Amino acid sequence: MNSMTAREAQAVEAALDRFQDEQGALLPLLHAVQDTLGYIPKQATPTIASAFNLSRAEVHGVITYYHHFRQTEPAQHKLALCQAEACQARGCRSLTEKAEAALGCNLGEHTKDNRWELEPVYCLGLCASGPAMELDGKLYARVTPERLESLIRKKELS
Amino acid sequence: MSIKVYVPRDSAALAVGADEVAEAIGQQATARGIAIDLVRNSSRGLLWLEPLVEVAVGGKRLAYGPVTPEAVESLFEAGFLTGKAHPLAVGPIEAHAYLKNQERLTFVRAGITDPLSLEDYQAHGGFVGLRAALVLSPADIVQQILDSGLRGRGGAGFPAGIKWKTVLQTNADQKYVVVNADEGDSGTFADRMVMEGDPFMLIEGMIIAGIAVGATRGYVYIRSEYPDAISIMEEAVRRATTGGFLGKNILGSGKTFDVVIRKAAGSYVCGEETALLESLEGKRGIVRAKPPLPAIVGLFGKPTVINNVLTLAAAPYILSHGPKAYADFGMGRSRGTLPFQLAGNIRHGGLVEKAFGVTARQLIEDFGGGTESGRPLRAVQIGGPLGAYLPDSLLDTPMDYEALAAKGGVLGHGGLVVFDDTVDMAEQARYAMEFCAIESCGKCTPCRIGSTRGEEVIQHIQTKPAEAGAHAKLLRDLCNTMVNGSLCAMGSMTPYPVLSALDHFPEDFNLTAETHKAA
Repeated sequence: MNSMTAREAQAVEAALDRFQDEQGALLPLLHAVQDTLGYIPKQATPTIASAFNLSRAEVHGVITYYHHFRQTEPAQHKLALCQAEACQARGCRSLTEKAEAALGCNLGEHTKDNRWELEPVYCLGLCASGPAMELDGKLYARVTPERLESLIRKKELS
Repeated sequence: MSIKVYVPRDSAALAVGADEVAEAIGQQATARGIAIDLVRNSSRGLLWLEPLVEVAVGGKRLAYGPVTPEAVESLFEAGFLTGKAHPLAVGPIEAHAYLKNQERLTFVRAGITDPLSLEDYQAHGGFVGLRAALVLSPADIVQQILDSGLRGRGGAGFPAGIKWKTVLQTNADQKYVVVNADEGDSGTFADRMVMEGDPFMLIEGMIIAGIAVGATRGYVYIRSEYPDAISIMEEAVRRATTGGFLGKNILGSGKTFDVVIRKAAGSYVCGEETALLESLEGKRGIVRAKPPLPAIVGLFGKPTVINNVLTLAAAPYILSHGPKAYADFGMGRSRGTLPFQLAGNIRHGGLVEKAFGVTARQLIEDFGGGTESGRPLRAVQIGGPLGAYLPDSLLDTPMDYEALAAKGGVLGHGGLVVFDDTVDMAEQARYAMEFCAIESCGKCTPCRIGSTRGEEVIQHIQTKPAEAGAHAKLLRDLCNTMVNGSLCAMGSMTPYPVLSALDHFPEDFNLTAETHKAA
């Protein structure tokens, strides 16, 4: 098994220092690692498991159970489009088609050059002002196809 | 004296440019040499008007909205700082019919205060309930909650006082208060607005619950899709601790209570209380079988009060105004108020806190102004992704747990999602199964497998009209298995949207009157 890079090992170590002694703190630990690196390295599983006195299977189970956690590096830009009912009622299905066409990848996938990933999200709590989305961590509501295209273009230029 | 200008910091305002508007206002004021005091308040809940800018003029708050950064210059030109006319002028906001016709007990401070100001909070009735609780015995606090008739606002509607009483009467060296802030239902945002807009109210409710049951530690489990709510709650906990409201010896009472904010990780099922407890313990969010009840064997095996945000947020009012004041609102066994959330295709979407008993039609038409598209309303989904779709003919049903259940509906967390006549109800039913397949924790077979099979059956109905009758029958059979064979609401209530769509809108399922009847 390959070992972690120095940067990965450091992130995991820092998170363990902070959360190892807190009861039930596996989720906060995983968040801390992912917030630092953008993902949770697969090779970190044994280290985390032994620090928490868990089996590797248990840690792997937790990481893969939750939609939020990921084990691969994220694309440069992440666009998450709400797909839930309130946004459906306000046109998120056609907005999603627009996004897929503009980025050249399907919902749930990333572009070949890994510049963009297009993710579904099930509710951002902006249900009175849909369609809603999150672009690189910032929320947008009442998103029209024109606004979506101009936001994508801006990111492309940046 | 500088003029007070308010720009909300609620994420529904931020998502439509409130930060940019605040920045533009600051720049204009500086350029013109005008001294303003820019307050980032919470949202009033009139979400179609966000960003809703308010100016304090002559003891009134005059509002303008929805304001864009581009409109800010013209607002200054028109003299909005002295309340002058402008095309975006809304007038004195507190006199607005949308607000005036509400009964705000929980959202009493919404839009008025700076969410993170302890001074603001206390100047508007904050911590009065806590101070009242500190001189009562635990049993008396629990009795007040029982007398108020408060029921769990997460959806199940279980009497909060009975939960608290069970925890109080269970002996243990450690007990917990857990806030379910995993508001995953589409069409709901009241929990988010409490946490972002009035975080000290939730903290006060938690402390009251802690004192009442003998718990010294509380957890708030907030969904990861709510980053603003998480950061505001974290800051509020810091400030409340510094202010002596949390930690050891709360307000000199000798009582101890600490609050930990925990970020969820995107699992819908974790909104179910036992799955949430598993998640807080650092495990996969898989539902536990009940009994034992969390009130007896809860977080880390200890007695735990686990309540929704709105349930705990109602406690300060009950303690400060008395249980009768709260119970005087409502109908039947649904006492008090519910912050309804108007969402989807609706002209005036937002938060409407009303006593139980208001009808869906009053909410959607009188407050909401009908569909945003202007097209006829076709269906309303009440109570989130596991709630039934109701047709226009059922909208006069009072919003009360029992009355709605009698019509096959679910009140849930009080969200109403409006659809106009362009909606395809078979597609909505298919989506309900798809969502269940994505989010099922996998513990119960009818939910784990049934959702996938259910989606396939609905696809058959959609694409093979000749076989629709037979497949509709199969779908009912499958739903019956899911209802009776699943531990939690994910599997047992996904049939609600599916079957209500089938029952009320058979024409979308390629069914004739005859084949519908046979199915």
